[in-house]
Amino acid sequence: MWIYEKKLEYPVRVSGPNPRLAKIVLEQYGGSDGEAAAANRYLTQRYTMPTGMAKGVLTDIGTEELAHWEIIATLFYKLMKGVTPAQAKAAGLEAYYANHGKDVFLQNAAGVPFTAAYFAAKGDPVANLVEDMAAEEKARATYENILNLSDDPCVNDTLKFLREREVVHFQRFGEVLDNVQTWMNTKKCF
Amino acid sequence: MNRKISHQAHLLKEIMSYEFTAVELNLFLDTHPADIKALAEYNQVTECLKKLKFEYEKCYGPLMNFGTSPSQHPWRWIDEPWPWQIEY
Repeated sequence: MWIYEKKLEYPVRVSGPNPRLAKIVLEQYGGSDGEAAAANRYLTQRYTMPTGMAKGVLTDIGTEELAHWEIIATLFYKLMKGVTPAQAKAAGLEAYYANHGKDVFLQNAAGVPFTAAYFAAKGDPVANLVEDMAAEEKARATYENILNLSDDPCVNDTLKFLREREVVHFQRFGEVLDNVQTWMNTKKCF
Repeated sequence: MNRKISHQAHLLKEIMSYEFTAVELNLFLDTHPADIKALAEYNQVTECLKKLKFEYEKCYGPLMNFGTSPSQHPWRWIDEPWPWQIEY
């Protein structure tokens, strides 16, 4: 089971209302390489992993991704705080506001709703782990794209923390892949 | 930027820094289970976290529910602010 901890993994600060940036950070909330896709990808794949290490890392990183998902939601919530409907409209959030108000909806920056089609589960530990490594790199690249578009240093601080986590996760998945391949090479067939 | 943050946010940030250390060591230990130094650091940080969380919960109520932390009366789990409402 999971137990909620009533705290963020990392502080979230914003300089002020910023609907333009709020819209952009949604890419990492409900986008193809966002945190919801990451958490669901790892927590879906963990069940059939062949080693305790692989099951453990997928469980732990999947859980950490849920904490990152909450951080992105908090960024959106805070960036939308105090935003008027007119400001939302001027920032291109008119259609979003009409449907969702200021709720944090699972969609990407372009408005496409979240789908499980963003991640794979192939029933093959090597295929799954290589996908996970690629996913971490794509998420890192997305954070860098968002940092290039951001004009808020407080938001950048949080985004940089999240970008660094992708680098560490990539490293850990690489070690798990090595562990699984060693297990496959030493596996005895009866 | 000099912002005044609450005592609650101050304590939370301290907990965040220790717990992040624990998360990072946890992931490292997952793939390096025989590393004695990392394990000692993990156990040390776990002890520090336990004390910090005990102090925090005395002032601001449970950080975790479902039987992980006790609560004062009345039930304090529902106390605001929730994490996304806090100014850090």
